[in-house]
Formats: sequence, structure tokens, C-alpha cells
Amino acid sequence: MLKIRKNIAISDSGFVFDPLSGESFSLNPIGMEILHLVKNGQSFEYVSKHILNKYEVDAETFERYFYDFISTLKLFNLTEPD
Amino acid sequence: MEKLTFERPIIQRLNAGLPSKYGMARKLDPISHIDEVSVRSLINEFGSPLFVLSEATIRRTYKEAYRAFSSRYPNVQFAWSYKTNYLNAVCNIYHQEGAWAEVVSGFEYDKALANGVPGELIIFNGPDKSEAYLRKAIRNSSLIHIDHFDELYEIIHLSKEMKERPKVAIRVNMDVGVYPKWDRFGFNFENGEAWDALNRIMAAKNLDLIGLHTHIGTYMMTTEAYRIAASKLAQLAVSLASKHDHALQYIDLGGGFASKNTLRGAYYPGSDTTPSFDDYAEAITSALMRSEIKPDQLPMLILENGRALIDEAGYLAGTVIANKRLSDGRRATIIDAGVNLLFTAFWYEHDIRPIEPISEQTEDTTIYGPLCMNIDVIRGNVMFPLLKKGDHYVIRRVGAYNNTQWLQFINMRPNIILLDKDGKPHLIRKQETLETINAQENTPEHLRGFNL
Ligand SMILES: Cc1ncc(COP(=O)(O)O)c(C=O)c1O
Repeated sequence: MLKIRKNIAISDSGFVFDPLSGESFSLNPIGMEILHLVKNGQSFEYVSKHILNKYEVDAETFERYFYDFISTLKLFNLTEPD
Repeated sequence: MEKLTFERPIIQRLNAGLPSKYGMARKLDPISHIDEVSVRSLINEFGSPLFVLSEATIRRTYKEAYRAFSSRYPNVQFAWSYKTNYLNAVCNIYHQEGAWAEVVSGFEYDKALANGVPGELIIFNGPDKSEAYLRKAIRNSSLIHIDHFDELYEIIHLSKEMKERPKVAIRVNMDVGVYPKWDRFGFNFENGEAWDALNRIMAAKNLDLIGLHTHIGTYMMTTEAYRIAASKLAQLAVSLASKHDHALQYIDLGGGFASKNTLRGAYYPGSDTTPSFDDYAEAITSALMRSEIKPDQLPMLILENGRALIDEAGYLAGTVIANKRLSDGRRATIIDAGVNLLFTAFWYEHDIRPIEPISEQTEDTTIYGPLCMNIDVIRGNVMFPLLKKGDHYVIRRVGAYNNTQWLQFINMRPNIILLDKDGKPHLIRKQETLETINAQENTPEHLRGFNL
């Protein structure tokens, strides 16, 4: 399972700071929720179940957005290298 | 328990320090309607992709350009540059507004005639006029703008043989401080070639020298270049008057004014940097008025603008085919119109918009056409909202050159509609079909069948 880098700081307002690169990012509320779950080591299955229970969205749509979101995290070097 | 509304999870990089070029991108307001007609309804009725032209915008822009010049100069005439957009419906709007025709080939010449433009109001430009068309133009008293000496001598021969007095002007190229210089068309001013050509015409006796022409380039962002061009043509006119006591009927400054499109690589959007018609008109007319041309001999001023008159009136509407991620993670959106339909994507950072509000969230996106070719990039690096498969888009300011330079490739060229002043859509060029393409082909007898 993909891991978020440990030293990444996530504030309650959705502000993300990468001390390594000095770059900062902003998350929307769902992005923040998902990032927290992933950072805590939750699997895609868990995250998906959680989101589908809570929000009005179908499994396929969520899956597509989830992996798209994860690939952006990779693009921004916020994940541990594989 | 009621479920909450879902929103796509998003993370965006925050840019510290100076805003980047894209950082200052304004919000992309959707374009849901063109001239108060819903884009979605047009796509539903006429298919996707679809070119949409606004008659109201064409007429408004023309009137604006005409007013800018006619309020500063006593005698102004526009000639519609056929190559810019030669759909008959479009040409006829300009002709109804009073514009003559400016053509650069036999095909365009015949198109103008067939539209009903009188031969004597057709300006025949360009380096490629066949003998047959020169004869036709001479017979019709069209305004022949000579491009090179070979053509000049051919016309002198024809005039003798046909016992006619061809009406001619020469195209002049010159240094107007803009590089690269357009020196491959016409006769050069600085090295005296233009003056030689004029003397040769006067000496021939049987040619009617009626004007001087230049077209200094296209998408010219500086009005100063036009001031210089107008002054140089005025100098030639003055020399003709003093040496040959000959007064010209017109000076033709060609086209080339920039439209409000943004050139690729430009830092500021074209809508902020393009000079207005008033700016161009001021530069040109003041140069003519201040010249040594005698006030009672001020020639008619002809303009042949293309893109500045029609770009704004054209839209390309269509549909998103898919989204994907490139290997470096950047977003790619694939749409159903490629560079074969939107030739100007090679020059411009076209303004592309969704047709309805999507989300506030945008992402650095490259927009590709559907062709199986690497060059098929409609727009690189645009901060764009995530459109889904099936969503529609509109590309603005595509009225110039696309409907003449487009290529049939892989797919058929789509419908073009014109919205009249009441917003009523008229199909002015119908989509090509397999029959359109096959009608041009001939398969030899021995290649007509096979067994697989
Ligand atoms: C002789 C001549 N006149 C007018 C035009 C129209 O130019 P534009 O669309 O830049 O105004 C052209 C375009 O190439 C041209 O060659």
C-alpha cells in the first residue's frame, strides 16, 4: 500500500507543508479526509467503504477520483518512493 | 442518515512568491450561450464538433473597423480577404456591408464572381495568377496587383494582344521595423525596385496604373509599422505625381491587424495587448494626411483585413472524449476537435472554456485533439477545470483561417452554422461524408475487388 511521507505536515484547514522541498499545497475537505486516512495506513477498500457510506457517490466514480488523487500526490512527491 | 454531497478530492500546489504566468489566470467563465443560443442545443441539433459563426459579431466588428477609418479619412474602402474565410455566407455578409473582394487565386477569383461581386471590384493579389486568369481579370477590369517582373511583362504582352488597358497596381514590400521582413512578395521599396517597376508601367503606356499595395505581415502588434508603410507608399505616390504627373486612385495597406487571440508564448493575453482599430486607423490615416500628397489628390484608402475582422465571430464547440494522466502525472484532456480542424492552434493559445460551471478547482492540463499524432495539441498547459467524458467545451476566436486551412483527416470536416441576428441557426456548410470523399476518387478496374 502506498505510504504518505512521514514528515509531511497537514493542518486542520487543509494546508499541507513539505519541509523537504519547502513547497506548500492546499486540500479541499474530502482531499484532507482521504489524505488523513491514507496517511494512517488505511487501504483503498477501507477508504472507499468509508466515503461511500458518508457521501452521495457511486463506487466506480469514487475509484476513478481516488486513483487520480493518489497520482497527484505522487506527482507532488508527497508519497514514499515505491 | 442522509448522505453528504460528494466533491472530487483535490490537492493543489500553492505558489509562493511571484504569481506565475498561470497564477494570474483569471477564472474561466463558462460559455453556455453564443448570441443567446444554448451551445448544448446547437451540438444536439448539428453534431459535435461544430463551428459556430455569429453574424451579429461579424457585422458589429466590420462597422467598428469602418467607423475607425471613415471618421479619420475621406475615402475608405474595405476588401474582404477571401483566404481568411471564404464561406459564401460569410463573404456575402461583408459584401452586404460594402466590402469588395480580395483574392489570391483563380479559385478565389471565381468564387467572388459567383458570389456576384462585379469584376471591377475584385482585387487580384498574390504571386500565382495563371495566364488564363490574368486574361479573365483584364477582361473584367479587375484590379490586378502585380507581384513580380515576370508578371508585369506578361501583363504588358497580354494588354497588347488583347488590346485592353489592364488596371494595375504593384505590391510593394519594405522595411517597417518588424522582423522577419516580408520581402518575398512584391517589389522592394528600399532598393528602388518598386520605383523601377512603376516607371516601367508608366513607360508601357497601355497599362492603367491605379494604385499601390502592400501587406506588411500578419498579426502585427505595432501600429508604428503601419505608419511607416503608409508613409513609404505615400512617397511613391508623390514621386509619381512629380515625375509623371500621375495621380493614383488608391493606396491599399493590406491586412495584418492582430485579433484578440493570444500568440503562443506571449506573456499577456491578446485581449490586453492588441491595438484597437482606432489605433491602427490613427497611424495609417495620419501618415497619409501628413504626407506630401496634394489634398485634392488624396487617394482612396483600401484595407484588406482578415483575422481582425472575423476571428472574434467564430467558435468551435465540441465534446470531451476522455481524460488521462501523462507519465509525469500531468492531466491530459482529449477533445473531439484536432489541429486538422483548428490550424490556428499552432499559433495561438486558444481560449477554451467549459459550457457550464464545473468546479472552482482547476488543474494544469494539456488539451489534445483526437488524431493519432503527437502534434495534435489544441492547448498546452492551461489551468482548466476537470471536464468529464461527454462534457462540452467552446473554443473562442476561431473565425479566421480555420475554415479555409482545415484538412480532412481521419474524420470528416464537421458542420458550420451561422447564427443570424435573431439567433436563428443556418447550416452554411454541411458536414462531409464518406460519399463526399469517395466522389473524388477513382479506383482502377483491377483494384475493385479482393478475396480475404
Ligand atoms: C495580400 C493579403 N491581404 C490581406 C491578407 C489578410 O491578412 P490578415 O488576416 O492578417 O488581416 C493577407 C493574408 O495573408 C494577404 O496576403
